[in-house]
Amino acid sequence: MGVKEIMDSMEYGPAPESDAEARDWLSSFGNEFGHFINGEMRPPSGELFQSRNPANGQVLAALSQGEAEQVDAAVAAARAAQPEWVALTPHQRARYLYAMARQVQKHSRLLAVLETLDNGKPIRESRDIDIPLVARHFYHHAGWAQLLGSEYRDYQPLGVIGQVIPWNFPLLMLAWKVAPALAAGNTVVLKPAEYTSLTAMKFAEICREIDLPPGVVNIVTGDGRTGGALISHAGIDKVAFTGSTDVGRRIREATAGSGKKLTLELGGKSPFVVFEDADLDAVVEGLVDAIWFNQGEVCCAGSRLLVQEGIAERLHGKLKRRMDSLRVGNPLDKAIDIGAVADPVQLQQIRERVEAGVAEGATLYQPDCLVGDTAEGCFYPPSLLLDVESSFKVAQEEIFGPVLVSMSFRTPAEAVALANNTRYGLAASVWSENINLALDIAPKLKAGVVWVNCSNQFDAAAAFGGVRESGFGREGGADGMLEYLQPRWEAGLEVLEEPELPRATGESARGGAVDRTPKFYIGGKQARPDSGYSRPVLSPSGAQLGEVGEGNRKDIRNAVEAAAKAETWSKTSSHNRAQVMYYIAENLDARAAEFAERIAAQTGANKRAARREMDAAVSRWFSYAAWADKFDGRTHATPMRGITLSVHEPRGVVGIACPREFPLLGFTSLVAPAIAMGNRVVVIPSEVHALSAMDMVQVFETSDLPGGAVNIVCGERDALVQVLAEHYNVDALWYRGSQPGSQAVEQAAAGNLKATWVNYGKRCDYLDPAQGEGKDYLYAATELKTIWAPYGE
Amino acid sequence: MSTESPPKGQVPALHAVEGGAGRNPGTPLNLDVIEALRVNLSAVERRVGALGGRRSVKKDWQAAWLLKAVSLIDLTTLSGDDTDGKVRRLCAKARSPVQRDILKALGAGDLELTTAAVCVYHDMLPAAREALEGAHIELAAVSTGFPAGLSPLETRLAEIRASVAAGASEIDIVISRRHALTGNWQALYDEVKTMREACGPAHMKSILATGELGTLRNVAKASMVCMMAGSDFIKTSTGKEPVNATLPVTLVMLRMIREYAEMTGQAVGFKPAGGISTAKDALLYLVLLKEELGTRWLQPELFRFGASSLLGDIERQLEHAATGRYSAGFRHPMA
Repeated sequence: MGVKEIMDSMEYGPAPESDAEARDWLSSFGNEFGHFINGEMRPPSGELFQSRNPANGQVLAALSQGEAEQVDAAVAAARAAQPEWVALTPHQRARYLYAMARQVQKHSRLLAVLETLDNGKPIRESRDIDIPLVARHFYHHAGWAQLLGSEYRDYQPLGVIGQVIPWNFPLLMLAWKVAPALAAGNTVVLKPAEYTSLTAMKFAEICREIDLPPGVVNIVTGDGRTGGALISHAGIDKVAFTGSTDVGRRIREATAGSGKKLTLELGGKSPFVVFEDADLDAVVEGLVDAIWFNQGEVCCAGSRLLVQEGIAERLHGKLKRRMDSLRVGNPLDKAIDIGAVADPVQLQQIRERVEAGVAEGATLYQPDCLVGDTAEGCFYPPSLLLDVESSFKVAQEEIFGPVLVSMSFRTPAEAVALANNTRYGLAASVWSENINLALDIAPKLKAGVVWVNCSNQFDAAAAFGGVRESGFGREGGADGMLEYLQPRWEAGLEVLEEPELPRATGESARGGAVDRTPKFYIGGKQARPDSGYSRPVLSPSGAQLGEVGEGNRKDIRNAVEAAAKAETWSKTSSHNRAQVMYYIAENLDARAAEFAERIAAQTGANKRAARREMDAAVSRWFSYAAWADKFDGRTHATPMRGITLSVHEPRGVVGIACPREFPLLGFTSLVAPAIAMGNRVVVIPSEVHALSAMDMVQVFETSDLPGGAVNIVCGERDALVQVLAEHYNVDALWYRGSQPGSQAVEQAAAGNLKATWVNYGKRCDYLDPAQGEGKDYLYAATELKTIWAPYGE
Repeated sequence: MSTESPPKGQVPALHAVEGGAGRNPGTPLNLDVIEALRVNLSAVERRVGALGGRRSVKKDWQAAWLLKAVSLIDLTTLSGDDTDGKVRRLCAKARSPVQRDILKALGAGDLELTTAAVCVYHDMLPAAREALEGAHIELAAVSTGFPAGLSPLETRLAEIRASVAAGASEIDIVISRRHALTGNWQALYDEVKTMREACGPAHMKSILATGELGTLRNVAKASMVCMMAGSDFIKTSTGKEPVNATLPVTLVMLRMIREYAEMTGQAVGFKPAGGISTAKDALLYLVLLKEELGTRWLQPELFRFGASSLLGDIERQLEHAATGRYSAGFRHPMA
C-alpha cells in the first residue's frame, strides 16, 4: 500500500517487535533446556516436551519433564542451601534481590519478547505491564529483605518452599513467589507452567549472573506430574500455588496434615459493578482493562458485569462500539490489544463454554476484529454475552478467556447480593462517581481485592489474594511476607500425646446440689441436644461432675445457621464489641472463685494453678477487648494518585475445636480473638472438660453478647469438627487436637477451601501470653481486603 | 448461535451520523444532559497514558499519517508583532508545507498538499487573503476579544462580523470562562448562540480555554453547551493559557463530541491548540481521534491542529522517512 492510499484509508499498518534476539537466546541453548538445580543449568534430560508459540503454533524450544529424581535433587539442593542463606545478614540477601531487580530491567526487552512468544500476550502488556511489575516486585522485596530483622523480629523463615505457578503471567508469578520467599530467608524449588517455562529459564540465567548461592533458587520444569511430585515432597515446608480452584483443592487434600504451610491463589468470577452515576466511558475502558487484558486469562478478571438496569442498554451500546475497535492478532505487533490464547486446549475450552452459554439462552456479541494472518494461532475475539441470568453456567464458572457476561440489578443491595452470589471471592470492581456509594459497597463485597473506579491494578506493596474458593493467603506487601514466615513461638511447639481420657468410676461428685443441666448454646438460646443423649464430665479420678449434651451433626448445623444469621455482631462497631468483651471479663471475674473451683474439679489442678488459669482467662478477655479496635489495616504506598488500603475483615463464621486441656483458658484463647474481630463462632469446647465452657453461657447471657455470636455444641471433638470442616457455610476452622484430627480437618476443609488453622498435635501453653495470645490469632481471625481508590477531579 | 456482528470498522452508534461537513444547527439547551455528565479523572489519565503503548504507526504508515497531519493543520500566527510580511511567509508555507522532493521520495510527488487553514488576528486578514488567493486553504480569524474574551459583548459580536466581512471563512471565538466556572450554562449557551448567528456563513470554532476551567467535568459540560449552541468545532485553547491542549482534555472533548453525535446525529469538529509541537504528539492525537471517534474524523472538516511549530518537526520526520537520515530544522523553509 502506498503512502497516498494509506492517507485515504488511515489504517494502522504492521508494527512488529523483532523476535531475533529472543530466538538467538533460545538457540544459544540449542533450543533445549534442562532443569536449574543447585545453581547449574543441567543438560536436557529424560522425556522432553515442546513449548509452542500460540500465535502461530511454531515450536520455540523443548523442555525437560521433571521426574521424582529431579524434584528430589532440587529439594535437596534447596535444603542444603537454606542454612547458609538464612545465615546471611538481611542486607546481604537484599543485595541479591536488588541484583535480580536490576537484571530484570537490564534484560527487560528480551524477557518481554520471550514472554510474548511463549504465552501469546501482546508485547504491549509484557513490555509495559508484566516486566515492569516483575522488576518492581524484586525492588520492593529487596526492601523487605533489608528490613527483615527489624520488622519481623518474632518470626523465622519456614525453610524450603515448593512453588507452582500458572501460564498466564509466567515471569510475574515467578516474581510474586520467589521474591518474598527469598526475602524472608527461605530457599525455593519452583515449577513453572509447562506451556510457559522460557522466562523462568532466563531467570535461572539471571540467578547465575548475579552469583546467587547455588540451591537458593531451583527450577524444575514439567507438567502437573512434576508439580504433584513437588507439592507432596516430604522435604518442603510450604506450598505456594497459583492456578485453578480444582487443582488448588487437590493440593489442599494432598498436603493435609503434612504441616506444610499453604497459600492458594485460585480462580474467580469477579464482579464488575456499575452504578448509574458512573462515568460510563471510564467504565468501558475499565472493562477493557478488566476482561480484555491478557486475553481474559486473568484469575481476577472482571468477567461478570453487573450494571444498574436503567443504564444497561446505554452501557452495552458503548461497550460494543469499543469492542469493535479492539485489535486481535500477532502479539508481537505493537498495535495489538488482544493476542493469542495460551494453548489450543484453552482455546477449545473457551469456545465450548461460550457455546454452552449461547445454548442456555445468552446472546453473543463478537466483533470481527482479527488483524493480519491469524489462521495458525489460538485467537479468540473479545466477546460479550447478554441476556444472561445468574443461573447460567457462564455466569457462575470461570471461562478464563476474553468473555464478559452481563447482568443487571436494581438497587445497591441487590448489586451486593448478586456480586456475592458466587463460590469465588478474588476481586471485585465498583464504579460510581458517588464516594458515599462506592465506599459503602466496597466493604460489602466478598473479595480479597476491591477496585473502586478501576480494575486490574497490581503493585508489590499491596496484598493480593482471595476468599472463599478463590483461595487463601496473600501475596505482596507486608502481609505477603507473613506467608513465608512463621511465628517463633509456633515453630517451637512440640508434639505431645493428648492426656488420657478419665474412666468413669460410677461415683458422683455432685455433692447433693440441685441438678444442673447445661444445654448447648445456639443463637443466644440454650438448646437441648438433638440426640437426646448426654455425656458425662468426669474428674481426673473418674467421678462424675455433671453432664453435658452429646452433640451431633444436626446440632452443628443449627449452630452454624445461628452463627450465619448473627451478622449484626460483625457489623457492630469495634468499640461496641470491646465493651461487650470487657463486660464479659467483668462478669467472669465476679465469679472467679466458682470458675477456678470448676477448673480444679475437672482437671485436678491445685487451687493456685486453677486460679492462675482463671485469672489468665480474665486477662485474655481484656487483651482482645483491647485489640478489638486496634488491629488496624494499612495504607499502601502504591504508585497511584489515590489510596490503597488493606483492611482486616472478619472471616464470617469460624468453627473452633478447643483443646482438651485448659478448659477455660483454651476456650477463651480461641473464642475471644475470633469474636473480637467480628466473627461469629461455633465452638466445640474441651471434649473432656466441657463444664467451664458451659458455665460461660451464663456469663455471656449477662454481658450483652448478642445471640448467635458465640454458639457452643459439646461432644466428641473429632466427629463434630468433621461436620464443621465439611460445612460450606463455615468460612474458617481452628482445630486444637491430635495430628490425625488436624489432617482430617485440612482434608475435609478442601471442600470449600475454608482457611484452617490446626496444631498438628502440637501443644501450646496458653498460660504463656507469648503462645496463647497476640497478633497471630488476629491474623487467623481476619481476612485481608485490599481496596484501591484512585481519586482526583 | 445468535451472533450480532457489524461489518468491520463500523461503529454502531456513530455510523448513523451523516453529513459531517454540514453545519451544526445546534439544539435547545438541555440542562438535564449537562448535569448528568460525569468524568473520572483517573480513568481518563489511565486511558491516555496507555494509548502510546497500544498503538504504533511505523514506516510508510507513519509517513502517511504525518502527511495527513500536515493537511489538518491550522497554521497559526497570533503574536503582537505580526506584520503583513510575516503573514505572507506563513501563507506561502501553508500552500507548500512540505518540500516537493521529499513528497516524491515518499511516492507522493503528485500530492496536492496544503495545510487546512491559516489562522491569524483580524488585522492580518487582508494580507492573508491576498496571499492565499486561489488556494484551497481556509482563512481563520481569532475573534471576540481573543484571548481573554472580556470585551463588551457588542464589541465581540462586531468583531466577528468585521472578520467575516474581511474574508474569514472560519471564526475562532473564545467563551466567557466565568460562565463555566460559575455553572451559568444558560449564559454560556446564549453567548455562544449569539456568536454563532454573528458568524453567518463562516464556520465557528469555540475555544473553551480548558486550562482555565479547573476540572475535566467543567470541560465536558462546556463542550456540550457549546455544541448545543451550534459550534461547528470545539477547540481546547487559545494557546495563551498556562496549560493548553492536553490528551486528557482531548479525550473528554472527543467523548462529548461522540455523545452529541449520538444524541443529534450531528458531527462536530475538534481542534486541539497550543503545545502540540512534535510529530510524535501529533500522531498520538490522531490515534486518539481514530480510537474514540473513528477514521471519519480524520479529515479537515472535522479535525484541526492549531499549531505554529508542529509543521517544522513533521518536516524533519518526513525527511527522515524519505532518506533514512535524521534531519535538521534549517533544511526546511521556515514559516
